[in-house]
Amino acid sequence: MASSTYARDPAKVRWGLRTIVVAYVVLLVAWPTGLVFQNAFADGVGPVVDALKDPEIAHALQLTAIITVIAVVINLVFGLTISILLVRYDFFGKRVLSALIDVPLSISPVVVGLALVLVYNGRDGWFGPTLESWGLQVIFATPGMVMATVFVALPLVIREVVPVLEEIGDDQEQAARSLGANAVQTLRRITLPGIKWAVVYGVVLSLARSLGEFGAVKIVSGNIAGQSQTATLSVEETYQNFQQGTSYALAALLAFAAMACLVVVSVLRPKEHN
Amino acid sequence: MSITISGVNKKFGDFVALDNVSVDLPTGQLTALLGPSGGGKSTLLRIIAGLEDADSGTVTIEGNEATHLPPQKRNVGFVFQHYAAFKHMSVAKNVAFGLEIRKRSKAETEKRVAELLELVHLSQFAHRLPAQLSGGQRQRMALARALAVEPTVLLLDEPFGALDAKVRKELREWLRRLHDEVQVTTVFVTHDQEEALEVADEIVVINDGRVEQVGTPDQLYDAPESEFVMSFLGPVTKLSGRLVRPHDIEVYTAPEDPRGKPGRITRLLRVGFEVRLIVELDEPEHPDVEVTVTRATQRHLHLEDGLRVWVAPTSGVRAISPVRVASG
Repeated sequence: MASSTYARDPAKVRWGLRTIVVAYVVLLVAWPTGLVFQNAFADGVGPVVDALKDPEIAHALQLTAIITVIAVVINLVFGLTISILLVRYDFFGKRVLSALIDVPLSISPVVVGLALVLVYNGRDGWFGPTLESWGLQVIFATPGMVMATVFVALPLVIREVVPVLEEIGDDQEQAARSLGANAVQTLRRITLPGIKWAVVYGVVLSLARSLGEFGAVKIVSGNIAGQSQTATLSVEETYQNFQQGTSYALAALLAFAAMACLVVVSVLRPKEHN
Repeated sequence: MSITISGVNKKFGDFVALDNVSVDLPTGQLTALLGPSGGGKSTLLRIIAGLEDADSGTVTIEGNEATHLPPQKRNVGFVFQHYAAFKHMSVAKNVAFGLEIRKRSKAETEKRVAELLELVHLSQFAHRLPAQLSGGQRQRMALARALAVEPTVLLLDEPFGALDAKVRKELREWLRRLHDEVQVTTVFVTHDQEEALEVADEIVVINDGRVEQVGTPDQLYDAPESEFVMSFLGPVTKLSGRLVRPHDIEVYTAPEDPRGKPGRITRLLRVGFEVRLIVELDEPEHPDVEVTVTRATQRHLHLEDGLRVWVAPTSGVRAISPVRVASG
């Protein structure tokens, strides 16, 4: 196994490397996150539950849940479609599309928010006034927040699924076709089961990312407590208003939800899924 | 004729994979498409299956025009070089796939799957996943899967190419017996001339996107129509400007044969029961002649490095009648 390869390195090197890596992860990730939980639960579970029962906070949590679910579903459907398109078909502009998909990873979410406002705002945006005349408000409302969240989490499903699709190749799909399966049957019975775990992982990453989105949503939402304020925005506002207890409680809940997703997947995921 | 291909052309960008190919493949027979890699034989097979579209030309399967039919409507069984096993399904489920797609009853499907697994000797592995099978077993499963839908033709793309030499030999003998049992029109692609000669009823030699020659293994081996076919089907050497098989050359230690050309053995290589000799002729600018003799002959004549010998084509071997050397 792999360990035998490294066993040849002297013990000093091995222990040195381990210490550096562990210290790095502890200082950067584990300790700060742990402190959030420690602060949140400093006076026990009671105050945390009370803080989360506040109507504005409860509304923020509900809004985050709604936005996250919608955004994940949209990213799942489009992510799968785009992945299959990118891997299985050749078309003009394929490389441009592939590069565009990575844009959300490189652009600051704040810029994303501003861009959406420019296009969809009700006063002088490109589509905003038209949409608003149809009775659909995008900016400062849930649709805009969903769009911002979809945008920032867009590449996550695709970047998980594309390499797996490439790796499994199209032999199995061709075999299914030659055995009489049509396109839909092939997708449902062969392609999807083959990329199942990549899809699950992509969904979990999108879920975690959507739960935690802050910058883009802050710009497009208007950030009105009890109306268009999500959980992450509430964390900031309560913290700035010296309601540290509430802020830590919310932060701990968000962190817990995201980590729970990852843990559930790593437990469910079969050891050998090739 | 079971499969009729006429005037098929196929290009990949600038590369001409098939150049106006026309060939008839007979019903009920085992036909090999033989040729070097990149010669177009796999492309032809994939066009028959509908996995690839021809740029022009037509494909007819059992009298039905199939040129523009999608693969799922052609009723062909296809076996891939790398098995294309459905990795998330058990062996039995793999074999049942085509039947389930055709909405056969559960009882019928189970019965047929059991029969097929029996046929390919995989009954005891029915509940395993493909990953738990060896390469040879996986290919047999793929074959059972393709046969399950009772295809009009069975197409195999380098079916044994990914297996090791021993399993390969076993499987091709097994394929021959299976074909005699099942009697389905079968076409397989191979670049291994021994495999084609051993298994096929008929061989289509394809090179550079064109059909070089069609015939039975004996016809191709004994009466090749071109230098390419002759040299692709077995070893050749040049003697007095003609292509000859190394085992169709007689070696003498004295000038007994008037046609014999004098020379000297410069190399001697023993491979199992045969001995390969390289003979340098006295005649200037004549390339070295390769001769294959049996171990017994070598011992009998005391052939060894540096020995003076005379070589002449074995009399009565028409197989080596002058070969028109194709230009280019």
